[in-house]
Amino acid sequence: MADLTAAEIADRSGPGFAIGITALAGALFGYIAGNTLGAGLIGTLVGAVLGAGFAWVAAGPLSGSRAGGRWAAIALCALLGLVFGGIGGAVGGAVIGAVLGWIAYWMVRTDYRKGLPPYATAGQVLWHNAFLFICGFIFFFLIAPIAVVIPLSFNAESFFTFTPEMLALDPEGYSLRHYRDFFTNADWQQAMWNSLKIAPVATLLAVGFGTLAAIGLSQSHIPFRQVIMAILISPMIVPLIISAAGMYFFYSRIGLQGTYWGIVLAHAALGIPFVIITVTATLVGFDRSLTRASANLGADPVTTFFKVQMPLILPGVISGGLFAFITSFDEVVVVLFVGSAGQKTLPWQMFIGLREQISPTILAVATILVTISILLLTTLELLRRRSERLRGMSPG
Amino acid sequence: MTTKKILTLSTALVGFAGMATAQMEATESPVAGMEMADEMTIVSWGGAYQESQLKAYVEPYLEMNPDVSVTWDESSAEAVAGLRAQTEANNLTWDLVDVTAADAMRLCDEGLAMEVDIDEVAAPAPDGTSATDDFTEDMLVSDCFIPQIAYSYTFGYRNDVAEWNGNTPSSICDVFDLEAFPGQRALERRPHNNMEWALLCDGVAMEDVYDTLETEEGQDRALAVLDRIKDQTVWWTAGADTPQLLADGEVVFGSTYNGRLFSAIVEQDQPIEMMWDTQSFDLDGWIIPAGLDEPTLNRVLDFLWFATDTQRLADQAAYISYGPARQSSAPLVGTHAELGVEMAPHMPTNPENAQGAFVQNYEWWADYRDELDAKFQAWLAQ
Repeated sequence: MADLTAAEIADRSGPGFAIGITALAGALFGYIAGNTLGAGLIGTLVGAVLGAGFAWVAAGPLSGSRAGGRWAAIALCALLGLVFGGIGGAVGGAVIGAVLGWIAYWMVRTDYRKGLPPYATAGQVLWHNAFLFICGFIFFFLIAPIAVVIPLSFNAESFFTFTPEMLALDPEGYSLRHYRDFFTNADWQQAMWNSLKIAPVATLLAVGFGTLAAIGLSQSHIPFRQVIMAILISPMIVPLIISAAGMYFFYSRIGLQGTYWGIVLAHAALGIPFVIITVTATLVGFDRSLTRASANLGADPVTTFFKVQMPLILPGVISGGLFAFITSFDEVVVVLFVGSAGQKTLPWQMFIGLREQISPTILAVATILVTISILLLTTLELLRRRSERLRGMSPG
Repeated sequence: MTTKKILTLSTALVGFAGMATAQMEATESPVAGMEMADEMTIVSWGGAYQESQLKAYVEPYLEMNPDVSVTWDESSAEAVAGLRAQTEANNLTWDLVDVTAADAMRLCDEGLAMEVDIDEVAAPAPDGTSATDDFTEDMLVSDCFIPQIAYSYTFGYRNDVAEWNGNTPSSICDVFDLEAFPGQRALERRPHNNMEWALLCDGVAMEDVYDTLETEEGQDRALAVLDRIKDQTVWWTAGADTPQLLADGEVVFGSTYNGRLFSAIVEQDQPIEMMWDTQSFDLDGWIIPAGLDEPTLNRVLDFLWFATDTQRLADQAAYISYGPARQSSAPLVGTHAELGVEMAPHMPTNPENAQGAFVQNYEWWADYRDELDAKFQAWLAQ
């Protein structure tokens, strides 16, 4: 099979095109690697030669053994990195080798035509791959800032800086001191408990009120539906700072400013629009005749709601609740106004830390929060798939 | 606010090399025995500075009064706006606020801070000198202000810049000299100090700086000097920015509070050096918000009496390199609480460092702040 593919390539364009493209990619990586070592031009040249070499080997001597060729590329680049840049260089080299090796075989075996019909023109192939590249670039753009934060949080120093020790992967350059600070510092612990006390209650309130409002608003006989909807959604549209200032003066007058329930209510108000929107969306697909059937069988409206309607709109309720939770957990503007110093939440504490003392403890906290978010979303997704499997639907 | 004043300020605070004597016991405050609240919200700056307050007098005070609890609010940067909003909403949640001298003046003018008689709220020195004489007039800049420390805005530079050919900056004018000292700078995103430094490097004498800055031409002259380095400057807003930028190598030369640089150089061991030339002095201290209820006010007064006495202000200097506001504290300043290094050489008020220092004119800035702020921000946006 592999031989056949290789033969096809030779028929079509020969390995020249693949060698050229791989050499170009190699030059790019070589430029980056060379610059970190202070010799951009030499790096570019070496990279181009390596890329061309890999593609030639992939087309010729090792055309049948994809895994072998790629391992050879990784080993060669890692060795080069080790010689010129120490352990950090070896890791960087291995990554570059893996990517270059992949590109070489991808080009040589014309895998870039995969997913396209055989009659696609060169322009269509180019656009298809450009599209994939743009998508990848957008993912990179979204993820890169988070990916930078995670290694920095293990910094042994008190600055947001990749130290030379860190780049050389020296264990001396890494430490858990910022995590230790988070778990032992009374301010951070207090802030975490405050967040954990506020967010779930605010979420419960938001989910309760939001779901009821969405169900009510989905009834066709309610007057001024659009207006009521607009008012309920407004906390999402009005700039936060305006809501916050308004709440501050209003709460001060009625004695809620600086109280626990004041923050909970404020966060519930911010979370309600998310619940309304997601629940309304699931209600669109809800068949009203089911509630009539349920009533016909003698169930009162409350039983109907919990036994018939609720299970069907549950995915919307849960995702709305998740958004409400994250809104409360991430919120800093309103809590700065409505809360008092004794109710500092995690984002508030992070805000202070960032403004007054740029300490990597913030990064440690951010890493922990990112990990929790990933676990939470993964769990939810797994639960969703499981329930769909049980109900005989395919996970879509 | 000229040479004479600088001299009095620096001589007032000399003598750090003096030996630390035994801890002096605090005296009983005038409000002792009265009804006092058990809770107190203290507003401060966060970071290493708040830590020094915590260690030097808040923790000892709480040890003496175990049923009292203190809540910190790191909002000193918004002290004026915060107190305005709280007064307007008739909902005062702050009990004691740490502010700079200029903010204390504004708050006092607006009636948001309580006027105090310094001899009634601060203990006399151990030798019987009254608080007024101990703090000296230079520190007592406003009727509402209870001084704590003198700090300064000064410059730090990286000591490993290859392009400088082994030269190190030694004068404020090196900040504006891109030829001798190329590289990115960090300056505060406010006209304060920057305008004064620029004029000093344009041949204006120290005593004429504020007269010059009052005129349109003077302001343009200062901005013209700043123009030289504008596209090589990162503008900071938080005191922690410059140490971070210097540690990163993002900038090679930058201004910030001297205590932040001390922390980066001595505590964090970064390749940074201090340049004391024409450091600009400023003061920081407490104000009591106007309108506290009686028991809370008594608690605040009781705390202040303790926290601003001679020994406590000297203790604070063991945690951060800011000069205590009392003359009588100066001889008690000893070594860093953890590292054991002698603190005196790192104090902005140390005679060697204070040579050629500049004292900011707070009154002048209180009058011209809004106008110059607008002009400076417009210049930045150009």
